[in-house]
Amino acid sequence: MATANFASVKNGGMDTFGKITEICLKYGGEESYLIQILLEIQNEFNWLPKEAMLRLQDELHVPLPRLYEIATFYKVFSLIPRGRNLIKVCTGTACHVRKAPVLINRVIQLLRIKPGETTDDLRFSLETVGCLGCCALGPVLLINSEYHSNPTTSQLEKLFSECL
Amino acid sequence: MKTLHMIIDGKEIQAEEGATLLQVARKEGISIPTLCEHHELSPYGACRLCSVEIVKGGRTKVVASCVYPAEEGLVVNTATPRIQKIRVIILELLLASSPKGEVEKLAAEYGADSGKFAKELTFCILCGLCVRYCQEVKGEGALGFIGRGVERQVVYYPHLAKESCLKCDQKCVSLCPTCILPNIFGLAIPAFDKTYPTVYPVRLLDENNLFNLSNTIK
Ligand code: SF4
Ligand code: SF4
Ligand code: FES
Ligand code: FES
Repeated sequence: MATANFASVKNGGMDTFGKITEICLKYGGEESYLIQILLEIQNEFNWLPKEAMLRLQDELHVPLPRLYEIATFYKVFSLIPRGRNLIKVCTGTACHVRKAPVLINRVIQLLRIKPGETTDDLRFSLETVGCLGCCALGPVLLINSEYHSNPTTSQLEKLFSECL
Repeated sequence: MKTLHMIIDGKEIQAEEGATLLQVARKEGISIPTLCEHHELSPYGACRLCSVEIVKGGRTKVVASCVYPAEEGLVVNTATPRIQKIRVIILELLLASSPKGEVEKLAAEYGADSGKFAKELTFCILCGLCVRYCQEVKGEGALGFIGRGVERQVVYYPHLAKESCLKCDQKCVSLCPTCILPNIFGLAIPAFDKTYPTVYPVRLLDENNLFNLSNTIK
């Protein structure tokens, strides 16, 4: 599991607090836009760091427990670090019989993280998902929003090296 | 304010616009059981124990009286066989998670069978009284909910409680209809009495494990 903390997010060159204030201002500091604001913050950092939540509490005057209630209610929000590039491997029935487990193992060996984990440099997160709706391509791997049908190890190496 | 005319349990009555059916019934001396309602807090509608039957346009419908507003010409029945049956089932379901306190008392009153559903003791019925008292009345954030569905639970933020709980009347504890809340605090503030074994899966959220929250929530 990545031990990445907020400091390493900051070291990525982002003025974090400024960014959060900017997002809040864009929505007029209105509490009713909270979910939209949380989504934008997550787009910025790929997850919701604790420091961002503490900052948000001051900006919007929403109690911290309320923020966490919402952030834990919706599946889209992540409270643990997530990488800049999200790799999803389909483990739906069709992909499973077409050897999705072999594909996952290839990814695990290359990235050295298990599903649900993030690399220490916050470059990649790996997830397994249910059917992606393109079983004929199976086993399917998704890099951000690009679909790949049964990539070999060398194809994966090339694809991953293109991810910043 | 407009005066509305309604019929509750066969009796013609007048009610004020904006009142809930529960408030109207109570004013007429009709008692309706509740678990998540409290006069200092805004209506919540979580436990459904206050369900009543309304007749509107010739149709009957079951609604939660603590959130349903009074309406002109509404016919309300608070204790039909159907309503009694609903209350018994709700209590039997609640008994499976928390056979204590107010739930236990009401269950005895309604003859609910505590063995009807398999026990899964969490001691918390998620009525939200404690959380809402803390946030709405006290304006503090020592308690909150996290998760959804079966994962939903009350959590306690010790780093916020450190500031707020000691200067508070701590009424959140006595509001808890299942008496589990003192145990939640008992974990962090030993001065609170632990009355029951802590089965409730309480997570304490401090500064350091805030962001690890979703590790424990799948
Ligand atoms: S005692 Fe603490 S948790 Fe309870 S209402 Fe007061 S501040 Fe909130
Ligand atoms: S701890 Fe008690 S008051 Fe709080 S939600 Fe659970 S049952 Fe209700
Ligand atoms: S099972 Fe993988 S796309 Fe359908
Ligand atoms: S008292 Fe009305 S739903 Fe709980």
